[in-house]
Amino acid sequence: MIVYSFAIEALQLLLLLLAAPAFAGWVRTVKCRMQGRSYAGIFQPYRDIARLFTKEVILAENASWIFRFTPYLVFGVTVMIGGIVPFISTDLPFAATADVIALVMLFAIIRFFTALAGMDIGTAFGGMGSSREMMIASLAEPAMLMAIFTVSLAGNSTSLTRMVQVMAHGEFVIRPSLAFALLAYIMVHLTETGRIPVDNPSTHLELTMIHEAMILEYSGRHLALIEWAGQMKLFIFSTLGIAVFCPWGIPASNDLLAIIGGGALLAVKLAVLGVILVLIETGMAKMRLFRLTEYLGSAFLLATLGMLSFFILE
Amino acid sequence: MTPFDIAIASLFLMFAPVILAPCCARSRNLTIHLSFSLTAAASLAAVIAGILCVHLESTTSAVVQMGLPDLPFHLRLDPLAGFFLCVIGLLAFFVSIYSIGYVKAMPANRPITRFVVFFCLFIAGMLLVVLADDAFFFLVAWGLMAASSYFLVLYEDEKTENRRAAYLYLVIAHVGAIAILLSFGVMAAQANGFETFQGYTFDAMRATSYPLGWATAAFLLSFFGFAAKAGVIPLHVWLPEAHPVAPSNVSALMSGVMLKTSIYGIVRITFDFLKEFPWWWGGIVLVLGLVSAVLGVLYALMQHDLKRLLAYHSVENIGIILIGLGLAMIFTSFHLPLLASLALIAALYHTLNHAMFKGLLFMGAGAVLHATHERNMEEMGGLIHRMPWTSALFLIGCVSIAALPPFNGFVSEWLTFQAFLFSPALHRPILSLLIPLGAALLALTGALAAACFVKAFGVTFLGHWRGHHHIQQVREAGWSMRIGMLLAALTCFLLGIFPTVVITWMDVLSRQMVGGKIATSAGAFGWMWLTPYSHERASYSGFNVFIGILAVVLVAWLLLHARKAGIRRVPIWDCGFEKLTPRMQYTATSFAMPIRRIFGFLFAIREESHAVEPLRHAAYPQRLQYRLRVRDRFWGWIYEPLREIAFFLARKIGNLQQGRIQVYLLYSFVTIIVLLVFLG
Repeated sequence: MIVYSFAIEALQLLLLLLAAPAFAGWVRTVKCRMQGRSYAGIFQPYRDIARLFTKEVILAENASWIFRFTPYLVFGVTVMIGGIVPFISTDLPFAATADVIALVMLFAIIRFFTALAGMDIGTAFGGMGSSREMMIASLAEPAMLMAIFTVSLAGNSTSLTRMVQVMAHGEFVIRPSLAFALLAYIMVHLTETGRIPVDNPSTHLELTMIHEAMILEYSGRHLALIEWAGQMKLFIFSTLGIAVFCPWGIPASNDLLAIIGGGALLAVKLAVLGVILVLIETGMAKMRLFRLTEYLGSAFLLATLGMLSFFILE
Repeated sequence: MTPFDIAIASLFLMFAPVILAPCCARSRNLTIHLSFSLTAAASLAAVIAGILCVHLESTTSAVVQMGLPDLPFHLRLDPLAGFFLCVIGLLAFFVSIYSIGYVKAMPANRPITRFVVFFCLFIAGMLLVVLADDAFFFLVAWGLMAASSYFLVLYEDEKTENRRAAYLYLVIAHVGAIAILLSFGVMAAQANGFETFQGYTFDAMRATSYPLGWATAAFLLSFFGFAAKAGVIPLHVWLPEAHPVAPSNVSALMSGVMLKTSIYGIVRITFDFLKEFPWWWGGIVLVLGLVSAVLGVLYALMQHDLKRLLAYHSVENIGIILIGLGLAMIFTSFHLPLLASLALIAALYHTLNHAMFKGLLFMGAGAVLHATHERNMEEMGGLIHRMPWTSALFLIGCVSIAALPPFNGFVSEWLTFQAFLFSPALHRPILSLLIPLGAALLALTGALAAACFVKAFGVTFLGHWRGHHHIQQVREAGWSMRIGMLLAALTCFLLGIFPTVVITWMDVLSRQMVGGKIATSAGAFGWMWLTPYSHERASYSGFNVFIGILAVVLVAWLLLHARKAGIRRVPIWDCGFEKLTPRMQYTATSFAMPIRRIFGFLFAIREESHAVEPLRHAAYPQRLQYRLRVRDRFWGWIYEPLREIAFFLARKIGNLQQGRIQVYLLYSFVTIIVLLVFLG
């Protein structure tokens, strides 16, 4: 039985590794279509990553081990997180390793080391990206924690599987606190995955770039790992949102049929979510850096209001 | 040998260098090796005593016929004291090893003996504070600790800055000590009245039940006193002045463990002596903790002096510990022993963790200081190439303090968050507001701390060297310094991946203080899992996180290196500019600029930039001068008015001094008349 549940865990990891580029490709395709541009299809990210893996690594002369270690660490931590978020089944042996708080802090590891790598070469771009990223994170991370806390209060647990079970199989109650949390989560989702209105994943314009500025010096397999991890991060944030706010359909047992059904449902949900993401992205303009304070501040405020309303109303 | 005997032996060992060091003062090398090996041995003994005492749950007390007649010194080693003995001893052990190299590398014209003597007295003072079992002895030990640390802060006394910092430290330490003295006075009076002296023992205070009014007075006084020592905002101003100017091994001890003696004091007085208290005491502690945590980290972000930055982080971390303590007090007053024990364990575990990583960071800062002769981060950069050991160990400290798993800072922060989240409805409107807000502010603190340590590590160790002299002069720290830091880093790591072992060991503390015990583990492989309540509500396994990340990283690395793939080293891409200089990198000030802009209203900021002559054209200045001053607002709000008042009073009282003998004779005459009238 244990072997079987480990097999399911492996299946989830495999799915994460394989489906994440497709999801990123789907979002890109829909975005292109929405903006009337021609598109390369949803499989383009695979081709990009495959090509990057074969390319030579070009490293600045004074790059230290931090710079070379970061891609592997980012990749490792992302896969680790992917093993914890329950999206094909809630009965995962790895799921108890970290609860939602630890999950948020695992994302913080990625950010911490990416920011350090950005400063390692000593160009102004890298420092700029790191500085901006840490500023944004210092507001987005608490907002994320508060949004998640609100849900965990409703589920009376910070363990993700437990939260999913309570939400999916418990009595359906409309809670005002969850509405606040959901809004905040969407805002944080856009921030953390580096999308408009906070950052633009497809720009290399010095005035606007944040995440791209930090990884500007990467090339070859290092860049491939970071890009792949970035796509997995988008995938994980989306599935995490689904698991927390719309978990219906995630199977509670490791029954193979249920998992296939759940997987199909997940694909539908993700496709819809991708369209929503694109709608938000095309509907908005990128914000000026110091306008972000208001945006992230309101995300933080909304999440805190959610928790307050839980404590006061429920 | 009982734990108590070991503790006493440790004290004797600790006092030995005080006598030996002056005897062998002629040989600098001998003094250093002998003294610091003795303090290391003594500290290790203290750790063993502490571990055994908590493990065996033993309580031993003794009376020493010393001090004033009829007022003997009382000593007592119970699990709470044992835990703090362990914290102090552990860091003192690492710092002692580190000090061998550090003190050797100090300029040869500095007198070593003085340093060694006060160093030993300082650690001994801290050990005595937790062992003392009466108010009199406690204050003697407290004074020993304060005075010896004052002399250590003053060690490099040729700089005005250092003398000022030491003086400020002494003033605030004494104001605090007076408040603690008054608090003991209140409790002793309740315990046994003023007729006999027997009320001054802690046993008497423990056995008394206090009326609410007097209990509140005692609590507020003692909390004020301990807060002054711990650097709780707004009593923190001495801390960022005194910690940076002390030698780094002393800063490590002051920040890492001296502040913790006040945490010991607060726990001892509230949970052990007063026992029953209303919830708003906890509310006060919680609010002050939150204020210290958030403001401490924000002030830290604005610093570009490496040691000052670390000192402000101590304010932040003391804040986090107080958040845990405040929650424990609130839950105790609502009779929720399980939650209270969770919050208390979170606070105490953070106490231990902070001692380890802050000690490590200050030791790292000391190594950097010795290598570069510079505290200003704007003059550093690229040290990772010259100091691989120090940078790697400093990085571990940064990751721990930024609360990233799988290191230790995360575990205690996680426990504190759990205490917030488990909090049920407490039916007090203020608490329903305070608890969510508290969780929000703690989350904000954690994120800002990460930003701050990206800045600290990135600007100091990464990028290019910004300093004036050549980077070739920068050398890696010596072996003993590396070993000291390595041990502290290893402890950070072990406390992060095996928290359950330590928390099970600490169980007795929560049982004795708040009468509850958290469930630490469940099922097989219990040591792996941290489950404070039940497996279903929350679980964390630092060990699995570590192994998981390690496994994926290794697999990815091996897969990518199976085929010999080339790495080409090239010059930095400079966008065709060709004139990149190290001065064009992001600096500490520019790194923190976005955050300074967001939270600017909390600081007194003065920023000016103007063009420097010669000007060829008004629109194209050749050189710009930029000045930025960020100051703590509390100086202007609290301390400057206080200083003004003190000077005003002094001037008024000074009018009494006329300098003529007749006037003084008149004063004595009037005094005698007044005394005769009132006492006659």
